[in-house]
Amino acid sequence: MKGRVVLALAVAALLVLPLLLSPYRLLLMLPFMAYGVILLGLNLLFGYTGLVSFGHALFVGIGAYTGAFLTHAGIRSLEVIVLAAAVLGAVAAALVGLLCVRYVKIYFGMLTLAFGMVFYTFLLKFYRLTGGDEGMQVLRPLLLGLNLDAMPKTTYLVGPYYYYCLGVLVVAAAVMWRIVHSPFGLCLRTIRDNPVKAEALGVSVTRYRWYAFVISGVFAAVGGALLGPPTGNVDPTLAYWTHSGSLVFMALLGGFASFFGPVLGAFVFIFLQDAVMSVVPYWRLVFGAILAIIVIFAPGGLMGFFARPRPS
Amino acid sequence: MTANVVNILMSGIFHAAILFLVSAGLQLVFGVQKIFNLACGSFYALGAYVGVSAVAAFTTAGGPPFLFIVPLALAGILVGSVGLVVERGLLRFVYDRDETFQLLLTFALVLMMEDAIRLTWGTAPQSTSGLYLLYGQARVLGAVIPVYNLIVIAASVLIAAGLGFMLTRTAFGRIIRAAADNREMAEALGVDMRGVYARVFTLGTALGTLGGALVIPATAAMSEMGIELIVEAFAVVVIGGLGSMRGALVGALVVGVLRSVAISVYPEIEMLLIYLIVIAVLLLRPRGLFGGAAA
Repeated sequence: MKGRVVLALAVAALLVLPLLLSPYRLLLMLPFMAYGVILLGLNLLFGYTGLVSFGHALFVGIGAYTGAFLTHAGIRSLEVIVLAAAVLGAVAAALVGLLCVRYVKIYFGMLTLAFGMVFYTFLLKFYRLTGGDEGMQVLRPLLLGLNLDAMPKTTYLVGPYYYYCLGVLVVAAAVMWRIVHSPFGLCLRTIRDNPVKAEALGVSVTRYRWYAFVISGVFAAVGGALLGPPTGNVDPTLAYWTHSGSLVFMALLGGFASFFGPVLGAFVFIFLQDAVMSVVPYWRLVFGAILAIIVIFAPGGLMGFFARPRPS
Repeated sequence: MTANVVNILMSGIFHAAILFLVSAGLQLVFGVQKIFNLACGSFYALGAYVGVSAVAAFTTAGGPPFLFIVPLALAGILVGSVGLVVERGLLRFVYDRDETFQLLLTFALVLMMEDAIRLTWGTAPQSTSGLYLLYGQARVLGAVIPVYNLIVIAASVLIAAGLGFMLTRTAFGRIIRAAADNREMAEALGVDMRGVYARVFTLGTALGTLGGALVIPATAAMSEMGIELIVEAFAVVVIGGLGSMRGALVGALVVGVLRSVAISVYPEIEMLLIYLIVIAVLLLRPRGLFGGAAA
């Protein structure tokens, strides 16, 4: 009950935020919401299935570049872009997952990292197609078929685009909530806690891991598609392994043991990064120290201070 | 034609020599402590920067340029002592944790060290000027190869032999292999694991920093060199097999030479080729070519 009140308040706050915050802070909310979607998906794999991917940025990159390619091809509807990103993310995750889910722990992490780097290298080296290290421009997408090119960029981003991202985040959270609280979600947790027992009970461990991998790939690609328009540019670092590391960092920061923990982690990560960078450019030094402290002293992350120990 | 082939091969082997040092450190730490140290690339970068500074200090103090390799190698080895600080200060808290947390702790180190290096040395690439060809160049089958490369290759081979000797013929090596095999049993037999972990991690770090120092006359030190090298070292240990020293040697040769061939034949596929091999190895032989062997 308490959780629902907090959730309702949070959504209400997100709805009225454009009236309260400065455009600068609102612009920071956009990557937060995109990362929120990505992290919801990552946590199905990390928190609920117990698999740590160090190559998840691969799917983020796929989503982001889908937006770049489609807007250049004249297809500027954001619905189509998000849908296409989801489909491509699913296809890529289905193929990569097929090969990865047979492994767990460090081998799973390494294999996903290798796939992520394959895609990164492709983006970097095939510059005629992808623009190389300069990346590609993302043109302003149409929202629900509306052409908003006449709007000044900031007005567009902190107004219609903000609410669009919020809508996607809310839908993504609702879908993920259903997934996690379904019998399927229960199977995933069983697999995480005791794969041998799960197998004995008739749950096909590798197949369920694969499902989880594909779903989380879709979420990452959808979130990735939302990342491009605010900056108007996508580049290969989106698919680099350190970006995958940052995603896992966000999940841990918020607390991968709870449903909304990783989303909170994305929020704190982005705003804290901005706050630190306004003082010193060395945000990695500060964030590395924070990560070390969390790992050593508070593995439950921020949610760990006032939540249940594991998703249930 | 021959000259060209020799050139490509030798530059690949030079790269492999450096890669071997870093990967050997990675393997040693993984073999004994079961921690996949993402920060080994950062140690490599640290060694490179400290190497540049040491050589600069040495030449401004009036040391004969010809001897630059002495302060370079010394700095590379000595700065490996940060490994001790990291192990005692951070890693020892997570030995009994899930490996996810261990991995993330080393990722925290990657982040911190990248900026610590920027903070200390700035963002501009640092290099030693004009020392690379100081030892002259050798002609091998028509190819011209810097003698410095040959020195590094020889040093790396010596270190490989030394590590092999240490692991198989000395008491400390036996303890390391015992600890890699079965930590509890080794501890029960009276081995002080705290001390072993501290020494192993420091040794692993020193191998990485030395690798970084030695590469410096050939290329400039850049702050991203660490996170770039770690994925290559990662390829090496996957191909060779996690935890295996022989694997590190073979893996380094495969990655080093293939990379050098790809760069000169078809630069677009340079690292792509390496990653595809990594994936193939992981899928066909997940334990690597030499996996399962003792550390």
